[in-house]
Amino acid sequence: MKHSSFFSHHEGSSFFDFLTQHHPELKPGLNEIAIQRAALPVDLGRPGTIPVPHGTTVLALKYRDGAIIAGDRRATEGFQIADRRIEKVFRIDDYSAMAIAGAAGPCIEMAKLFQTELEHYEKLEGVQLSCEGKANKLGQMVKANLPMVFQGLVVMPLYVGYDLKRKEGRIFKYDITGGRYEESDHHSIGSGGKDARNTMREHYRSGLQEEEALRVGLLALYNAADEDVGTGGPDLVRGIYPTAKIVSSAGITDVPEDRVRALFETMIAERRRS
Amino acid sequence: MPLPYYVSPEQMMQDKAEYAKKGIAKGRSIIALEYVDGILLAADNPSSSLHKVSEVYDRIAFAGAGKYSEFEHLRKAGIRHADLTGYMYSREDVSARTLSNAYSQSLGTAFSTDVKPLEVEILVVQVGMNGQANEIFRISFDGSIVDEKSLAVIGGRSEAVQQYLREHATPQPPSLKDGLRRCLAALEQVATQKIPSENLEVAVLDRNRLGRKFRRLSSADISQLFA
Repeated sequence: MKHSSFFSHHEGSSFFDFLTQHHPELKPGLNEIAIQRAALPVDLGRPGTIPVPHGTTVLALKYRDGAIIAGDRRATEGFQIADRRIEKVFRIDDYSAMAIAGAAGPCIEMAKLFQTELEHYEKLEGVQLSCEGKANKLGQMVKANLPMVFQGLVVMPLYVGYDLKRKEGRIFKYDITGGRYEESDHHSIGSGGKDARNTMREHYRSGLQEEEALRVGLLALYNAADEDVGTGGPDLVRGIYPTAKIVSSAGITDVPEDRVRALFETMIAERRRS
Repeated sequence: MPLPYYVSPEQMMQDKAEYAKKGIAKGRSIIALEYVDGILLAADNPSSSLHKVSEVYDRIAFAGAGKYSEFEHLRKAGIRHADLTGYMYSREDVSARTLSNAYSQSLGTAFSTDVKPLEVEILVVQVGMNGQANEIFRISFDGSIVDEKSLAVIGGRSEAVQQYLREHATPQPPSLKDGLRRCLAALEQVATQKIPSENLEVAVLDRNRLGRKFRRLSSADISQLFA
């Protein structure tokens, strides 16, 4: 059946491979020629030399029944704020979510492609990929982005999934070459990642209840925003708060904004008192 | 020099159509029936892993009758087409009508140019949201496409099954339970034997679900409905 592009002869269940082979123009990133022609300054040592909006502090931590993933809302462009309400935490499928740090455009594109990838596999094969399989696939996509990294367009994901076989939440971090590393308790990435990690290290215990884990996560974001210009804290005037999602055996749920706001109000009241 | 045999185009098409029809009639039937919350798909299928009914996109499902390898190929092509459209444009831009047209074009071309026609008949169904009507498209081996109302049957002795369902139709769409019972009765009447619930492949497009509307009913779900 070679009659139309509808029957494009393709084997395999990966949407990413399908795009690469049959629709390279839709693949994320620039193609080889565009990369050669692009005269962008390559200076990995000095972030901010290329004017692309950069997403900033995102974190994940485990709790008793799964994992929580959260992120701030600020995107910056050099010393300017590019967006105050950007969403950095994405629902990927019923049991996983990813958060991103790096250049906003390619980050969002990767999240969208990863969502399609997993859904595509599930529909073609009739079963979901395993939690580990999903994490590995994301690693391959990060690796495919490596040429873009040399143009300064880094995409750094943080991935959480609920492993239905092991019955626990899992956290995966990556490096720019697509290396995949599993974290046992919590992790944070982005320009404020270190500050968030410091907070979580002090307050994290294993087997936290959902409410307490959420409080620790938001506190870490709050402290990161205190220390890092690229991370947005709670914006009380505009009513903009970090977003969080919870992944458990019941699937993925958004933490309602009211709940996040209430937790921040308590934290702020405590800080005023001390 | 020996001359190639001459076969008139009419004769060739007729032979091909007969061949394809024979292949499709050998199998068992699949029903798409409107029920109160959307569209119900029921197939007499003894295998629990080789599916005849599948999800394509948010509101769209696929059912194939005839030769497994051929409709499986069509199913995968449809999913690729849908996912590509949704990725390129937006999720709401994926429609059963566009997909059915693509199927119709491809099947039509294959029927007229390939030596062996595809022995398949497929259904592309879409559940209507926000008061819009459901869409049920039946596409045959030669690419002909029919916009069916309220129900459609493909594969096996499809006309007999369809006749039974039309005779027992109610003015209002049935509940899931009643709809499924009616489908089972129709399949059993034509098969002239009892069909155990584990041999029934059932899926629904339920407009009340959040996000993706497709849901496969497990054999436990089915026995619960019949209880």
